[in-house]
Amino acid sequence: MTLTKRIIPCIDVDLDENGDAKVYTGVNFEDLQYTGDPVEMARAYNRAGADEFVFLDITASADGRETMLDTVSAVADEVFIPLTVGGGIRTKADIVETLRAGADKVSINTGALQRPGLITEGAESVGSQAIVISVDARRRYDEGGEHYEQVDGESCWFECTVKGGREGTGTDVVAWSAEAEERGAGELFVNSIDADGTKDGYDIPLTRAVCDAVSTPVIASSGCGGPEDAYEVFTEAGADAALAASIFHFDEHSIDEVKRYLDERGVPVRR
Amino acid sequence: MQVTIIDYGVGNLRSLQRGLERADATVTVSDDPAEIAASDALVLPGVGAFGECVRNLAPFRDVVVEAAADTPVLGICVGFQLMFTESTEGAPEGETIDGLDLIPGRVERLPSDEVKVPHMGWNELTVERDHPIVDGVASKTPQADGDYAYFVHSYGSSVADHTVAACDYGFDFAAIAATERGNVMGTQFHPEKSGDTGLRVLRNFVAFAEDWNDTTVTAE
Repeated sequence: MTLTKRIIPCIDVDLDENGDAKVYTGVNFEDLQYTGDPVEMARAYNRAGADEFVFLDITASADGRETMLDTVSAVADEVFIPLTVGGGIRTKADIVETLRAGADKVSINTGALQRPGLITEGAESVGSQAIVISVDARRRYDEGGEHYEQVDGESCWFECTVKGGREGTGTDVVAWSAEAEERGAGELFVNSIDADGTKDGYDIPLTRAVCDAVSTPVIASSGCGGPEDAYEVFTEAGADAALAASIFHFDEHSIDEVKRYLDERGVPVRR
Repeated sequence: MQVTIIDYGVGNLRSLQRGLERADATVTVSDDPAEIAASDALVLPGVGAFGECVRNLAPFRDVVVEAAADTPVLGICVGFQLMFTESTEGAPEGETIDGLDLIPGRVERLPSDEVKVPHMGWNELTVERDHPIVDGVASKTPQADGDYAYFVHSYGSSVADHTVAACDYGFDFAAIAATERGNVMGTQFHPEKSGDTGLRVLRNFVAFAEDWNDTTVTAE
């Protein structure tokens, strides 16, 4: 009856000095460390019991696009679980060509904020199930948006940012999430600039605010330090999936360990 | 074992092809009716809306129906739904759109009063009856979890005699079904996205097709 809660490893892929696609993992959000080969990592996570796999293309240049699509295809050949690909998707053609390369879903952030019609076009052309809207939320304590209570009692609103949190847009994350759903987004991918890299847990008020505002599945991201954080975001915020990168990449916790922890506490997972 | 995926312009067939190759099949992706008709086994994929898939499949409709008489055929997701008699998707209120009518039954919208539609994610299988397609697939029981499969759909057909495995999402629908003769079968979930369970189903199909063709050749 109930769908299982999903555990999703994510890789950030960039090109190295030789133009080869490599996985980098952020430590404290800026210091990117080389952590491996995308295809090898995809194969390992597929074997380790990941429920889905997310591939984010973080190349700054447009030239890398072709190499990245080849890498997406190589990854798609190794994972027999749903594959989401994000990064630099701005047009309907980008969506179609990324799916053609082997992705099951595309994750769109800036491209949708700049032109919300892209969500509608994408959903009409490839179906809502393939359109994931990603937000990079940042806490703001001024009066720019609707405020939500924080755990420590202080309230804030959540702003959509671009360029890895360096630039604000003034758009309210919760209102934008509802609009994205209205336009045909099939899932929402909620990153927190404040929680990213801290390993102090997901941003619960943020995730809960989005979950309360939409009925499409919500994937919580940023801040996962271990199994208890995944448990918290499922039970306290109502997330449908929990995404993590560094805890898996650096072998601090295994997917099975996270799922066992959840299973023992009554959270439905696929094991 | 040679398997042909029917390419009628619906979505990405890459993962499905790789999955079947993992199951040791030699895979052809074809939009040529003659080549499809000559195949040892067929896979009918499908993504998107039922009506659009019916329209796109029109040039291959006769070939598929004829093949279904004596060739193993596996339908997947909307390809599986196409095997049923009819669907309410995209039809005016009270009407239906005709499917291939290989498996009796109607495809209807999942009831959304209790659950989110589309049904998207991993859900458990309950094996209802024996068929080679579910060899080694663990069934949900009151004591134990069944194997999980990955679903993405808003429509389904209720459990009936043809159901091989059921899934519960607001109501019990057919996750896997097969005809009485057994050579026409399908999965509502995506086996190529369902991890080890999905690969097992694909291997089962390829093994079934091998046996079927051996037996048919011997009988003749």
